[in-house]
Amino acid sequence: MIAAIRSIGEVFLFLLRTLAACLPALKRPGLIARQVYNTGARSLIIIMLCGLFVGMVLGLQGYDLLSRFGSESALGVAAALGLLKELGPVVTALLFAGRAGTSLASEIGLMRATDQLTAMEVMAVDPMRHVVAPRFLGGVIAMPLLVAIFNVIGIFGAQLVGVTLMGVDGGTFWSQMQSAVGVDDVNEGLVKSLAFGVACTLLAVYQGYHAQPTAEGVGLATTRTVIASSVLVLVIDYMLTAAFL
Amino acid sequence: MPATELPRSEVVEVSGVRYSAGPRVIFDDLNLSVARGRITAVMGPSGTGKTTLLRLLTGQVRADAGSIRVLGQDVSQLRGASLYALRRRMGMLFQNGALLTDLNVFENVAFPVRENARLPEAVLRRLVLMKLEAVGLRGAAELMPQQLSGGMARRVALARAIVMDPEILIYDEPFVGLDPVSMGIIVRLIRRLNDALGITSIVVSHDVREVLSIADRTYLLANGRAVASGSSAELQHSAEPAVRQFITGSEDGPVAFHYPAEDYAGTLLGTGDDKGRGR
Repeated sequence: MIAAIRSIGEVFLFLLRTLAACLPALKRPGLIARQVYNTGARSLIIIMLCGLFVGMVLGLQGYDLLSRFGSESALGVAAALGLLKELGPVVTALLFAGRAGTSLASEIGLMRATDQLTAMEVMAVDPMRHVVAPRFLGGVIAMPLLVAIFNVIGIFGAQLVGVTLMGVDGGTFWSQMQSAVGVDDVNEGLVKSLAFGVACTLLAVYQGYHAQPTAEGVGLATTRTVIASSVLVLVIDYMLTAAFL
Repeated sequence: MPATELPRSEVVEVSGVRYSAGPRVIFDDLNLSVARGRITAVMGPSGTGKTTLLRLLTGQVRADAGSIRVLGQDVSQLRGASLYALRRRMGMLFQNGALLTDLNVFENVAFPVRENARLPEAVLRRLVLMKLEAVGLRGAAELMPQQLSGGMARRVALARAIVMDPEILIYDEPFVGLDPVSMGIIVRLIRRLNDALGITSIVVSHDVREVLSIADRTYLLANGRAVASGSSAELQHSAEPAVRQFITGSEDGPVAFHYPAEDYAGTLLGTGDDKGRGR
């Protein structure tokens, strides 16, 4: 119990150090852009593919459920709200933890194991500013963008199944969605995606930065990143959902 | 060895240093000094804290007691910007090179300059190419670290270590894992850079032959302190048992071959501690 509280404290202190390093890091937009590319653009294929299938499943399940009550016309609303408020941010964050989080943790862990971080310190370059902060900012920027793309593709998937395959009226699908989905719903998803971006990226850079400089240590850091990120995403999701109700 | 005597001036003074890593005492009353413009070697068996000494000198870890003065400043008192200011006056060659794997050779050498100084791109380019030429790798400027051999990687790291024209250059095990040709190149480079650039060099190594061939003064570490020091000739003719054992590579001597353990016969016959080890 004490160890768990200590770990939470250490992660929080690391967050403060990272935030302090973010201001100087903002003066190097090139480094941040590169990390947005590494964590964001390189996750695009998996995000789009999963978004499509999640949307298609939503279309099928939604149609099956709503048709029992004769409400198939509400499929567009159900799919859009489900994706915007819940599935989009959560599934994207879980995928992000598996794809970009592990990549960040192992990259920084290997930099530690091969003395690259120590070399920077000896060259009077702060690794927090040069390595950690740009990756943190890159992940936090990339996450909402990935969620937005996931949502768009997901809604397209739901439309593909619901309208094209199951025969729901296209006009009703889109018009009901337009009238029922508000800015608050979009904002909820946006806040969640930002919170997940901070949580997943912070845990990844923290685990990598504090990895034992051995093959086993780097592997352990990568595993811990996925587990801790996944649990934290679901905990934060519940708290934010409760807060938005 | 330089023929002329340089004026005595110590750029590094370690006095009465005590340092522990957990329960293990690494240094206990360590004393040594490094003269300006000379090559000072620190030798000792594995695990005697040679790399820890370098970490103490560069302020990566702090001593429990004693003082470490580098270029006139007490390293243990420095924090943040003042520590970084001191590190800019030092260069360090890491055992494995520690090149940044996402940058090519040119950018690796340019890295400390880009981060610590603002030079026009044309000047920076000339500076980097000059340093790469000094280590014979100007032609490899566009290669990535993964494309370099171990010896080449270490030479690139050497170019990076001297690109800021440091006053002190620290080498951590520079000869480990090199083929004879690469090793000869590194040995000559250390001597040449020291003499040509007027750098003070600190070489930490356990390669006796190479170290004694270039060092002006050598310290031998054992049991947490410097047990002997002197010129290469003095060490080679020393009667001190620890020095003799290290120079000749003997199994028996003050440094035990066996890790501390329970009685061997007792362990095998099951009459002693069956874990077979003790501390």
